[in-house]
Amino acid sequence: MLNFFFHTRFDYTLMIVSIGAALLGAISGALGTYAVLRRQSLLGDAISHAALPGIAIAFILTGSKTPLILVLGAAIAGWIGTLFIVTIVRLTRIKYDSALGIVLSTFFGFGLVLLTLIQRQGNANQAGLDTFIFGQAATLLQRDVLTIGILGGFALLITSILWKELKLLVFDEGFAASIGLQTRLLDIVLTSLLVIAIVIGLQAVGAVLMSAMLVAPAVAARQWTNRLNLMVILAGCFGAFSGVVGTFISSSATGIPTGPTIILCVTFMVVFSIVFAPNRGLLWNSIKQRRNRRSLKLVTNRLVESASANNRIIENDNRKY
Amino acid sequence: MITENINLLTAIIAVVSASACALPGVFLVLRRMTLMSDAISHAILPGIVLAFFLTHSVSSPFLIVAATATGILTVVFVELLQKTKLVKEDAAIGLTFPALFSIGVILISRYSKNIHLDIDAVLLGELAYAPLNQLDINGREIGPVALYVMGFMLVLNVVFILVFYKELKLVTFDASLAATLGFAPTLIHYGLMTLVSMTTVGAFDAVGSILVVALIVGPPATAYLMTDSLTRMLILSVIIGSINALGGYWLSILLNVSIAGTIASVTLLVFVLVFLIVPNRGLVSIARRHIRQKWEFAQTMLVIHLFNHEGLPEAQEESEIAHLHEHLRWEPSFALRVVKNALNNRYVLQEASQLMLTERGRAKAQRTLVQ
Repeated sequence: MLNFFFHTRFDYTLMIVSIGAALLGAISGALGTYAVLRRQSLLGDAISHAALPGIAIAFILTGSKTPLILVLGAAIAGWIGTLFIVTIVRLTRIKYDSALGIVLSTFFGFGLVLLTLIQRQGNANQAGLDTFIFGQAATLLQRDVLTIGILGGFALLITSILWKELKLLVFDEGFAASIGLQTRLLDIVLTSLLVIAIVIGLQAVGAVLMSAMLVAPAVAARQWTNRLNLMVILAGCFGAFSGVVGTFISSSATGIPTGPTIILCVTFMVVFSIVFAPNRGLLWNSIKQRRNRRSLKLVTNRLVESASANNRIIENDNRKY
Repeated sequence: MITENINLLTAIIAVVSASACALPGVFLVLRRMTLMSDAISHAILPGIVLAFFLTHSVSSPFLIVAATATGILTVVFVELLQKTKLVKEDAAIGLTFPALFSIGVILISRYSKNIHLDIDAVLLGELAYAPLNQLDINGREIGPVALYVMGFMLVLNVVFILVFYKELKLVTFDASLAATLGFAPTLIHYGLMTLVSMTTVGAFDAVGSILVVALIVGPPATAYLMTDSLTRMLILSVIIGSINALGGYWLSILLNVSIAGTIASVTLLVFVLVFLIVPNRGLVSIARRHIRQKWEFAQTMLVIHLFNHEGLPEAQEESEIAHLHEHLRWEPSFALRVVKNALNNRYVLQEASQLMLTERGRAKAQRTLVQ
């Protein structure tokens, strides 16, 4: 075991990938907390799929695969997708879930069309664009990790600056509006932060699995605490931890892709938290239930005893007269 | 001749798949469960892979059975997670399908390096190859497998909806009433979910998992914008789905790009178009109604203003056109346009620079004030 870690410590690629995965897990975990609390867990899924045409268009326009440019394209497309969803829900009777479904599938389809267009042009540079669909953490380079770190750090900074406002928006939007906060603006800011967290992770884990990176750490963290600040920190830690563990597991054997392994790690943490978390967990609940049942039985037994004792006294009294 | 045949076959497969997907999609859209189709279409991957390892054949019917079972398992998982009350529905969906999908991806990349089953084909699908995979009975090719599978699903969906129409309708619009009347909503729910799983699995091979979502959600949502009747919504969804499929296929040949992707893009295009122009509920008619109401309201304001001051000493001053904007706090240009509209509608008459109410205008003011 020690030998394993000692050996891998000097593997530069592995180090870069695991740092990238850890950063990504921390950022998406922390920002995903807000999405989960606002019951927008699947917005991440929609944004990550909707980002594909943006990546393709960014590539067609600039011909470069610089992560920053592709991320910018992805962010703009993800943003437009979110705008679509909000507009559909606001102006028609179509519900949130259908709006999400339409945007995620059709935007993704449009992205595929653009990708086949690019492929047909036979641009030698295009290889690697489809890593954005399935993700390929192993291809993370130092510049990618730098991009993740800078953009993610920026997103986390904004979150901490607007901490109080975002907290109010999440838990009581009506009250936030009533005390004069710009809830619409805050909503836009929060969604933009979510978009940032998603697009920087697309290359590593891909469109399909990115949504789990947002949802799972937050759900796991939710089981352990009722406080927002602790939940954000815990979710960040869970995300980072599973990023590192997933990277190491996938590097320990051939043919285990990194992204899915990270997702399975974080899913395992969710299951563990749901079962074992104190106060909320299933195990804790069943113990509590059993204890309640026992104490209820004790109380009823005592009542029955005292009732029969009373009866005896009454009977004795009756006999006297 | 052969290519023409193949084009025709592909078009038929596309239309049949679109119709088969649209029917259960209607109920998913109405029951706010469309994302279940997204979850199922991803989560069936491990089922397909495992069945493939067992049978070593891509076209074995066992694959469909295993994948359908995995789809239903996904629904059960999501509901179990929800039932713990520790996880909300959206998060439960968002947790379940990526985990199952991950298992599928790991299985594929670890054990099937040399076998024909790559994630690209499974996830993205390629309709162009669908007619080439022929059903083989006693050495005779009797048509594409995909056509048989999707044709069967279409028939099954139609039969299910016809037989359980009343139950489906009741469970969709009032689940608790259905339960009190003894219509077993859970049974109908799982029946529907089984159909969705089977349809998804069937379509998945031909069009890929993401397009399945476009086929299931797109046409019903578009139809939902157009009608209030369930029957009409079902019929419209099938028609719209077919139009999308045909239009998308034709466009993809024209541009030589991914068929599935183009059908999805056309789905979005048609949805947006309907969203804009559909009478009564479309964006254009909403905007026009807003504008009409704005002018209507302004004219009502004008006649009431004139009516209030009619025959009183200040009437002279109050009905001066040039001063109207002061009294009603309108922009001068807006006030002039309102006056022009009111003159056209013969609510008022102009005498020199004064406005006089007509009989019509007076009646309108009185009617509004009484209301």
